[in-house]
Amino acid sequence: MDYAVTVNNISKSFDKTKAVESVSFNVEKGELFGFIGPDGAGKTTLFRMLTTLLLPDGGEAFVDGFDIVKDFKKIRGSVGYMPGRFSLYQDLSVEENLKFFARVFGTTIEANYELIKDIYVFLEPFRKRRAGKLSGGMKQKLALCCALIHKPGVLFLDEPTTGVDPVSRNEFWEMLGKLKEGGITILVSTPYMDEASKCDRIALMQKGKILDIGFLNDIISKYEKPVYALRSGDMHKLILDLRAAENTDSVYSFGDYLHYTDRRGKAVEEDIKKILISKGHTDLVFKQINPGIEDCFMSLMNK
Amino acid sequence: MRTILVILKKEFLQIFRNRAMIPLIVFMPLFQLLILSNAATYEIKNIKFNVVDLDQSYFSRELVSKFTASNYFILNEASFSVEQSLESFKTYDARLIVYIPKNFERDFRTSGKSEVQFLINAEDASAAGIINNYAVNITRQYNSEIVTKSSVIPEKTSLININHSNWYNPELDYRTYMVPGILVALVTLIGSFLSGMNIVKEKEIGTIEQLNVTPIKKYQFIIGKLLPFWIIGIVELIIGLNLGLYIFGVPLLGSPFLILLLASVYMFVVLGIGLLISTVTHTQQQAMFIAWFFMVLFMLMGGIFTPVESMPDWAQTIAYFNPIAQFNRAMRMIMLKGSQLKDVIPVLNFFIVFAVIIMSLAVWRYRKTE
Repeated sequence: MDYAVTVNNISKSFDKTKAVESVSFNVEKGELFGFIGPDGAGKTTLFRMLTTLLLPDGGEAFVDGFDIVKDFKKIRGSVGYMPGRFSLYQDLSVEENLKFFARVFGTTIEANYELIKDIYVFLEPFRKRRAGKLSGGMKQKLALCCALIHKPGVLFLDEPTTGVDPVSRNEFWEMLGKLKEGGITILVSTPYMDEASKCDRIALMQKGKILDIGFLNDIISKYEKPVYALRSGDMHKLILDLRAAENTDSVYSFGDYLHYTDRRGKAVEEDIKKILISKGHTDLVFKQINPGIEDCFMSLMNK
Repeated sequence: MRTILVILKKEFLQIFRNRAMIPLIVFMPLFQLLILSNAATYEIKNIKFNVVDLDQSYFSRELVSKFTASNYFILNEASFSVEQSLESFKTYDARLIVYIPKNFERDFRTSGKSEVQFLINAEDASAAGIINNYAVNITRQYNSEIVTKSSVIPEKTSLININHSNWYNPELDYRTYMVPGILVALVTLIGSFLSGMNIVKEKEIGTIEQLNVTPIKKYQFIIGKLLPFWIIGIVELIIGLNLGLYIFGVPLLGSPFLILLLASVYMFVVLGIGLLISTVTHTQQQAMFIAWFFMVLFMLMGGIFTPVESMPDWAQTIAYFNPIAQFNRAMRMIMLKGSQLKDVIPVLNFFIVFAVIIMSLAVWRYRKTE
C-alpha cells in the first residue's frame, strides 16, 4: 500500500441525513486530488473524518498509513488541515498565529521556512497586523501557511477558494501546484467546477456519494452524447420549448447559452432547428460543443 | 509542559489584548467594593415619621422629642387623626406613624401602664423590621427614664436589664460584613464566567477546529485554558484584600495565607463549573446565560447579601452544598473572627471533593472528536 490516503466504504450520518454514504477512494502520494460538488455534497464531513474531527459510523480509512480511528493521535501530528471557515485567531497578529501553530507542533517558523517561503512573502509586509484585519485572500494565505508550518505529509484544504476573488483563486492554485512539486499530497474540495482542471484527479460528489472518480479527461471522455449550445432572442421561452420537445434528454443554462442533449444521440441539428423556428424563435445560434465537466456532472447527477 | 506554556502565552496575549478584559479585571473589583459595600447597608437613617398625639401631655411631647433627637427619625407631620396621617403612607412621605392615645400620661401615672401604637409601612419587610426595632428601642429607653423619674411606683420596679455586645463586628459595620462577601463574588465570577466564555469562544469562532487537528492533548488544552483564570482570580483576590484592608479598614484577624490556600482550591471548583458550562454550550451568549442563571442562584443563596440562617430549612440544606456559601462563610470566619486552619478544614475538604467531582465531570464531557 503506497497510497497517501485510503478510504474504504466510509459512512457518516447526522440523525437521519446521510452526509457521507459508503465512499471509497485512494489518493496517491504527491497527488493533487480534488473533491468537486455542490454545498451539502458531504465534502466537509468527509474531510472532518479524515482529519479525526469526526468519528465515522462505518468503514475504514488510512491517512499517511495511520488508521483514522485508532491512530488519531499520529494523524493529528502529521496532517495539515485548513477548515472552510477561517479558523485562526483574529486577535493575534500574522506572526503570532504562525508562531503559535509552529510551536504547538513542536517546531519553529525558521525550521520549515523553505516550505512556506513562497506564500509568506505576500504576508511579510503585514507581519504585525491582526489576522482579523487581513483581506480575504491574505487570510487564506495565512491559513495555508499555518496548515503547512509543521511540514505535513498530507494537506486537507476544505473549500479554500470559496468567497475569494478570481485573481487570488488563481494565485492560490499556483501555490498548490508548487507545494505538490515539493512532494506534499494535497486533498482539496471546491464547489467550483472550473477548478477541476487544476487537479490531477478528481472525485465528483453529490448527496454523500462519489458519482465518478478519475482524471478529468477520462471522466469527460466517458461522456458520449453530443452537446449543443443554443441561444435565441428569448432564452426563457427557449428553455420551456426545449423541455417540451419529445426527444429532449437534458437542458441546462450555462452562462449565455443553454446546453442541450438529445435522447437520440445522433446528429439532430436540423430537426431541433425546425421545431424552434416553428415556435417563433429568432436570432437562433446552434452549435455542437465539446462537453465540459459541468455537463458530466449534470448527467451523472441525474442517473 | 512546553505545549502548555505555548498555550498559556497565547491565552495571556489574547486576554490582555481584549479591550473589555482589562477594565473588567482592574475596575470590577474596585467598583464592586466601592459601590456595593457603601450602598448596600442594613442601617436606615432619616426615616420620616408622622405623629398623632391625642394626649398633648408632657410625656407625649417628650417621647416625640426622643424620636426626633435620634439620628434615625425626622418628623414629617403632626396631626390629630390617623386617617389623615395615613395619607402620607401612600405618597411614601412617612414610613412610621407614632400614635399616642388620649390619657397617655394620666394612665401611666395612675396605673403605671399606658400604650403607644406604631404603624409601620411594611412594603419592604426587612426595612419595616429595622424601623420597628429603632422605634421600640427609643420607647423602651424613654420608658426606663420615666420609671426612674416618676414617683408613682419607685421601689416596686424591677426591670431586667439586658446588656448585649456585638462580637467580631462590634459597630455592626456593614462594610466589614460585605467586603469578604464581595471578594467571594468576584473570584467566583472570574472563575466561572470568564473561563467558560473563553473556552466557548474557540468554538464560536471556529478556532477549535484548527486546534483539534494538532497534537495538543486534552489535558494540555484544559490546563492552558484554565490556568490563566486561576492566576487572575488569585491576583484579583490579593488586590481586593488589600483594598479592603487599607481603604475600607476591614479587619483581617486570621492569616491571609489561609485565605489564599482556601481560594486556590475554591478556584478549581468554579473553574470546573466554567469548563462544564463550556462543554454544553456553543456560543458565548449561551454560556453567559447559563453561567448567569447558576451564579445568581448560588449567590443569592450564598449568604453574601442575606444571612443563610434566615432561609427556610430546605434552603439552608442547599446552602450547605453551595460552594459560594461555604467560601463566603469561611472568608468571614478568617477575616473577622480570626479562624485558624483547623476551623476551616471541613470547608477545605468540601472544596477538594467538589473540585474533583466537577472537574472529572467536565473533563469527561470535553471532547476533541465528535
